[in-house]
Parts: sequence; structure tokens; C-alpha cells
Amino acid sequence: MPYLYTTPEDQAAMLAAIGASSLDDLFAMVPPELRLNRPLNLPPALTELELTQHMAALAARNEHAGTKVCFLGGGSYDHFIPAAVDELAGRGEFYTSYTPYQAEVSQGNLQVVFEYQSLITRLTGLDVSNASLYDGGSAAAEGVLMAVSSTNRYGKVVVAASVHPEYRQTITTYLKDLGIEVVTVGTPTGVVRPQDLAAVVDDKTACIVVQQPNFFGCIEDAASLASIAHDAGALVVAAFDPISLGLLKRPGDWGADIAVAEGQSLGTPMQYGGPYLGIMACREKLIRRMPGRIAGETVDRRGRRCFVLTLQTREQHIRREKATSNVCTNQGLFALRATIYLALLGPQGLKETANLCLQKSHYCASLLCNGVPLAPPVPPRQHRQPQPPTTADSSLHTSGATGSASASLAASTTSTSHNSRFQLAFAAPTFKEFVLRDKQDRVDELLHQALDAGFLAGVPLGQWYPELNDCFLVAVTEKRTKSEIESLARSLD
Amino acid sequence: MRNTRDTKLLFELSEAGRRAHRLPACDVPERPVSELVPANMLAAEPPALPELSEPQVVRHFANLSQLNISVDTHFYPLGSCTMKYNPKRNERIARLPGFADLHPYQPESTIQGMLQMLYELQEYLQEISGLDACSLQPAAGAHGELTALWVAAAYFRDESLKTGGERRTKVLVPDSAHGTNPASASMAGFTTVTVKTLTSGALDMDDLARHLDDEVAVFMITNPNTVGIFEPNMREIADRIHQAGGLVYLDGANMNAILGIARPGDFGADMQHYNPHKTFSGPHGGGGPGAGPICVTEKLAPYLPTPVVVRVEGRESRVEGQKSNPTPSLALDPRPSTLDRYALDYARPQSIGRVRAFFGNVGVLLRAYCYIRTHGPDGLRRVSENAVLNANYLLSRVKHFLPVPQGDRCMHEFVASASKLKSDKGIAAMDIAKRLLDFGFHAPTVYFPLSVKEAIMIEPTETESKETLDAFAETLFNVVGEAPDVLHDAPHTTTISRPDDVRAARQPVLTYKSSNATA
Ligand SMILES: Cc1ncc(COP(=O)(O)O)c(C=O)c1O
Repeated sequence: MPYLYTTPEDQAAMLAAIGASSLDDLFAMVPPELRLNRPLNLPPALTELELTQHMAALAARNEHAGTKVCFLGGGSYDHFIPAAVDELAGRGEFYTSYTPYQAEVSQGNLQVVFEYQSLITRLTGLDVSNASLYDGGSAAAEGVLMAVSSTNRYGKVVVAASVHPEYRQTITTYLKDLGIEVVTVGTPTGVVRPQDLAAVVDDKTACIVVQQPNFFGCIEDAASLASIAHDAGALVVAAFDPISLGLLKRPGDWGADIAVAEGQSLGTPMQYGGPYLGIMACREKLIRRMPGRIAGETVDRRGRRCFVLTLQTREQHIRREKATSNVCTNQGLFALRATIYLALLGPQGLKETANLCLQKSHYCASLLCNGVPLAPPVPPRQHRQPQPPTTADSSLHTSGATGSASASLAASTTSTSHNSRFQLAFAAPTFKEFVLRDKQDRVDELLHQALDAGFLAGVPLGQWYPELNDCFLVAVTEKRTKSEIESLARSLD
Repeated sequence: MRNTRDTKLLFELSEAGRRAHRLPACDVPERPVSELVPANMLAAEPPALPELSEPQVVRHFANLSQLNISVDTHFYPLGSCTMKYNPKRNERIARLPGFADLHPYQPESTIQGMLQMLYELQEYLQEISGLDACSLQPAAGAHGELTALWVAAAYFRDESLKTGGERRTKVLVPDSAHGTNPASASMAGFTTVTVKTLTSGALDMDDLARHLDDEVAVFMITNPNTVGIFEPNMREIADRIHQAGGLVYLDGANMNAILGIARPGDFGADMQHYNPHKTFSGPHGGGGPGAGPICVTEKLAPYLPTPVVVRVEGRESRVEGQKSNPTPSLALDPRPSTLDRYALDYARPQSIGRVRAFFGNVGVLLRAYCYIRTHGPDGLRRVSENAVLNANYLLSRVKHFLPVPQGDRCMHEFVASASKLKSDKGIAAMDIAKRLLDFGFHAPTVYFPLSVKEAIMIEPTETESKETLDAFAETLFNVVGEAPDVLHDAPHTTTISRPDDVRAARQPVLTYKSSNATA
């Protein structure tokens, strides 16, 4: 066997030291009638070469973001991952270690967690972060449990229909056996209308759960929603997209008390849905209710700064059934990746990434709804528009000359066709995703055609929202080029 | 050799205006952000992230990595965590774009290789556990516990509807159980009742009898248990729980001891989780990821989370969302018919729903699949034989100088006690753990299980050589004989000495603030 290296001589010596006559004798404490007296029914062993070939053959039966241009979103995105993230997180000293129980030989991991927590609080505008939870969905559910226990309101929680449907399903699962009602606020306009929220939030409500930008890519009037909750004494649990915070107001700045997120966007590959990174941050006063591990700064016996796991009296290994959560193994490796990713991007990189997502998704939406450029396809390199040499700042936050120049450029390269097949399902402003309505109501067929043309064009929404059966969700990250977007528009036309 | 400059905090290394990653210029016509985002939702400036160059970032994290002990670099006998070798081949395979770059909402027709792998893994895990159905969705062992308890709750809800009986509210947990067991039970809405264990590590059958009644929903047992023995009364325990109408949950953290030797389904479990990051060599990632697939008996299968992967045989025409019932043995054919298709089955009306977003911790499951395929049936059995051989060998050497209350034999791990050293010389389990670090060994798990005083839980795993075990035993022997003061001050050679945990908890500093000390 490839990972064993006890020689027959070693084995004999070891058995002798133990006082056992055979390997079988070592299992004497397993009652004979409970043993499996046949080989497991599994395929035979493969050598490294055979395994590699077998797995390559399986991998070859999958399409992926490298073989089809990916416009899929809905909580997992094809963002760019700088090479340094892979190289550093691929160091065995990181990925083959475990939870830093022994601080003296885990300062690397502990400092990373401390840096991660610091970055997350800066990103969210909240006071504290934990070391990670499983994923965005379970982090949302844990956030709700935290709100319930800290408000002591075991009556109900109010969740917007514009929150990721799988997060809502997860929340429902987590609450079902605790007798807490989950009330869903409909979002027919793609965002929560304040009056609809106000109608269901009351003094039995532990929290509201909203997502910003929401599952449809729309930007909610989050501050108004937060004040409705706060007026009723409820907390605000906010799911957010970390990339959006290059431009959008931070959850803590618009009133979120507990912010949760899927952190996959921050340097983790899509890998068919996991492992990802559950982010959670909250206000200081809620910290004793926070689930999961937390690192803190302290000093060693010689007074040197160091880091340890702290506030452990919240956790299962100390409090058992009274713990704030059962979480033990978390997603440390992806917290590391997020830390490296954010360190590489810095404030400017995050802002530019967010802006590219914003611009490209709007370009894509307008192309799909208003018309396709007249120009024939040109290889992307030659096609790239010369950019005015502006600093990112002037192009981002002012609506000066550059802006209007670009707008007229957009007008000149698109034909305005009035009978486009698509329209935006919602009028609300969007960030990097948008919902398209197919006027011909043939979404499945359409996405199938797009696939044949080389595109993973969108996520059909009917599976979660029957009323949006004629709609699909399109995500455009910084990776998508103008020519890819234009080819998509042509192939869908 | 330690580089203390580059291991300053990222924020201390930051210099305004520095850039690492640069983005391409915007190639689409750009519109003013203020036209696209409502003013009240627009940030005045981006978050205050540190500003660094790429070489700085690389040097920072490369140096930090060197402050860790890891399986790649050191013996890591952390009991209950199964810190075995993490095969490099699995890492390379997991990075193949055909696995790493799959979006979770791709159409099924585009992910047939992925679904085949996941389907086969479900089948392998069922075969290894002796149970009938599998969900790959849970994200870690504890998440698997919680998921299975929700499954049990849903099952009993249906049962009480059928029989008109009261709902069962209690979960029994031995005092030697991992903390996640009682924590999961409360999260699922149950009341936890603790059952005592004996010095031998076996369950106290009289105490079990005292607590067993018709309110008991689930008995959670770890077998081999956390003391490292195979529960001597396993069959009787399971029978009694079943007679009382309850279900038996097996915490599968210790499956490394019994692969191909005994199967939970055969010794009475109705449900179990696996920790593929332990048993099947998934790297622990500095704290995670893990995965927590669960297997259950047939009667519980309808309650598993959605979706599960099903195989639709080639000759049948496929109906979307149809509940299909594949024949288990087929999946074990290494070359299934190319006409077969794999699909995600969502049409499961009794399911508890979802326990997370997306399919599961696929990257971890993929490595488990590779591990199982690498070993085959004989290889998996040899893994367990060698894990048990190594643990017993170490036990045979250690018991002469450090008492092991459970006796002379163990499965994959054993628990020594520093209780006598503590009362005689004031040497605690923690002192021993810390001193081992000086000699280049990761410490064993200490103070768990709670049922053993001053517990030192040692799990060598099968991927260590006799030489390493001998060196560890000799070091441990020397450490135990050292002057108490040397131990109280240990470790002496690590980058830091013992941290002040009390200060960390009393005056929590959980994020960097520019006023932080830069000692
Ligand atoms: C006995 C036992 N049960 C349950 C768990 C929980 O598993 P995980 O950490 O994967 O959530 C662990 C591991 O930490 C364990 O050792």
C-alpha cells in the first residue's frame, strides 16, 4: 500500500512487543459475530498512474469554466484567482495542519485567522468576526440562531424572498425542530418593499434576513429595511457579496447587526459548490453568542505578542449541549485564501474588481435587452477599446466627461432593436447579476442552445420561483471580456 | 533564522499606494457608478484593506507557514483527529479544471463525470458502513451529526403521526463523547442526557438502563469509542435501544480502526457520519475543510437532505425529477455502461430539505474517492490493521511509564492519564503536551475525553514508521521524568513561549487596531 511502510520485520517486532500473535489478534476486542467476514465490495486498488488516468477521464466528462464561457452566478462565481493564492495556500505547512490547539506551534495559522478577522471586520464595518463557518447558507442559518438567542425571541424570523433560495431552505431546516416560524416576505419587484416588511415584523420577530445585493443581483434599500427591524427591536442578519464591498456601503454602515456571506468569491475555486467559506461578523455586544472559533491577541510569558484561540467557553468542547453551536472543523483553508486574496487586491484592487463586475454586467444586460452590436466578431485583443488614461477614482465616483463619453460610445456600437427577446425582470438597480425575462418563455431550450454555442449562459429561476419560470439569472464577473459578452448576446439572439 | 520583519501583521506592512494584483482596463463602455448605484448605497471609499506588493505578500505568508507544525513536516499524534498523511496525488487531481472549475448550477448534462464520481462515492460509503443510503451534503462531522439528528426527528414526527404517540425528546450521549454530540443534539431540539462510562472505557450498562425509556429518540455512540476501545456490549446496546423504539447513531470519527473489519450497519447503527478529512485523508487545512457524509438505513433514507445523486440506467428514457431506484451492486462495477446517466434527485417529499447551499464539500469528497480507489478493499483493511498495530505498539511502550486506565489493548488510539503525575509531582497533561513540542512532536489531544482525568489521547495513525513511534515513546519517557519546573515552563524552543490565555479572554483583542502593540 502506498502510504504504509511497516516492513514484515517491523511488524513482527511490534506484534511481539504488544504480546499479540497476529494482526488478527489485535482485533480480539471486536466480537467475532460483529465482524465482516468478507472483503468489502469495492473496486480493486489503483496505482498512482491508474488513478490519475481514471480521474482525468472522469474530469474530461465535465464541461467547466475553461471549456464554456461562464455567466453562472447565484452565490458561486467565476472570479479570477491570482496565482499567489494557490501557491501560498498550497504550502503543506498550511494545508496539512489542523485547528491551532497548540498555539506555540501554530502561530502561522493563528496569525492568519487574526488577520482574516481583521480584514472581515474592515470589509463589513462590524466589530468582530469569527474564524469561519461552513458556507454562506449555514452561516446565514447560524446568524439567525444567534439573533434568536440574543433577542430571546423564539417566535419568528422574517426572511426576504430575495435571499438566496438555498440559504432560505437551510434556515428553514435549522429552525424547524425549534418551533420557530419562518415568515417569507415576497419580492415581486425584485427587492423588498419597506411596507411589505413593516407589515410582518413585530415584537415577536427575532430578526430579519436580507441579502445585499440580493439573489437577483438587485440592490436593496437596505438601510430602510434595517430601521424597520430595529424599530421593532429585531436584529438584522445580512447576507452580502464580499466583492460588492469595493463599491457598496458596508453592512455595518447601513444597519446590519450580523453579516454573513459566501466567501468563495475571495480566491476559492468553484469546485462544484464546495468547500467554500462561511463568513460571519457581528456587533461587539453579540460576541458571546457567536458560533465557531475566534482568535485573539495576547502575550507569551516573555511579553511578546502572540495569538491564541479565545472565548472558547462558547464552544462545544467546553460547553457541550449549552454551546452556541456544534461547529468544530471549520473552513480554515479558505479563510487563508481569502486573507491572501484581500492582501493581494488591497482597497484599490477590490474597488476595481467591483467596478469591472458592475460595468460589464450592465453592458451585458443592455446588450441583451436593447440590441447586439453591429460590428462583426473580432478577436478580443484587437477589439479592446482604447481607454482614456484616467485614474480609477475619477472614473468610478464622478460622473464627469469620461462617463458621458463612454455612454455615447455604448450608443454608437449597439443597434437599438425594439423587439429584443429579453427584458430585465426587475427595474431595481443591480450590481454584477441581473434577471432576464425571456418573452418567448422557452428558457430551458434557450440555455441549451447557448450551451451548444459555448456558453453557460444563466441559471433558470423556475426551480425556486415558479412565477419566474420564464426568467434566468446572469452573472458577469471581471473575467468576462467584451467579446465574450458580445458573442453571448449574438448566440442568444 | 526567524524572519520577524515579514511576519508583522499585514496592516503593519502596509504602505499607502502599494499594489499587488492589477486588473485589466475596462473594455466595455464605462458608465458613471453614480448612475448605476443609488447614492445611499454607495460607499465613500473602499474598505481599509492593507496595501502591499506581491513579493511582500508571498514572503509574509511563506514565513507564517513556517511557524506551523503540520503533517507534512512533523509527527502529529492528535487523538481523535486522525492526522494521517495527505496524499499529494489527490491534491493534483483535485486541481484539474474538470473538477475545480465546475459551477454548482451547471446543467447535469455537463457534469456527468462529477456526478458519476459522487454517485460511486455514495455507494462506497454505504458499502463500508453496511448502511443503505447516503447523503454527501453535510460540511463536517458535526454537521453530519446535526443532519442525521434532523433525519431522526423527521422520522419520529412521522412515526408519532402514525401511532398517535408522543414525540421523543431525548438524546443519550456517553460522558466520553465528543462535545459536538451534545451540541448537535440541542441544535436539533433534543434534550441531552449523559450516560456514564466505566474506567475500562465501556458504557455503564446499568446507567444506560436507568436512562432508557420511550422518550429516547437517539443514542449517539462513538465506536470504537473516544478511549480507543471497541464497545464490548455494542450489540446489546443497539438491541436495547431498538427495543425501546430508539435509533442508534454512530459517530464515525473513528472509522479508521474498522475499515473492512466491522461495519456500523452490521453492529446495530441506524445512521452514521464519516469524517473523510480523517479516515479518508482529506487535508485538515489548518482547521478545515472537512466533510460529513452520512449513511442511514432504508427506513430513514426518504428523510435525507436533497438532492442525492442517482443513476438512471441507459435503457430507460430519463424523466426529469423522477425518483429512481438504482441497484446498488451496479455502481461497484468500475466501468459502468456509458449509456447510464447520473442525475440529481430533488423529488423527495419527506426530505428534511437542505443543510447548506450547493451540493456539498465536493473537493473533500473527491479526495476521499481517490483515497478509496487507491486502496481498494484489501488496502482499506490494511489501513485499519496498521493503524491499530501502530497504536497498540505505542501503547505497549507508553503504559510502563504513563498509566493507561483502559488496559493493555486498544484500537486506533489510546488515552493515557497524567492524573498520578499531577497529584505526585504537579505535572499536568498540558505540561507534557507543551514539552513534547520542544522535541519536534505535535502534542497529543489533551483533556479529552472528559471521562478520563488529565487525559492524553494518542493516535499515531497508520502512516507512521516504527522508528517514529520509537522516537516518540522515548521522548515521552524522558519528558515524564523531567523536573516539574522544566515542564511548567515548556515549551522552551518554539517561536513563542506559553501564551497568556486568561488575558486573551479577559481583555479580548480580536482584530487589528492601529494602536495594537508591535512588540
Ligand atoms: C469523536 C469526534 N466526533 C465528532 C467530531 C466532529 O467532527 P468535525 O470536526 O468534522 O465536525 C470529532 C472531530 O473533531 C471527533 O473527534
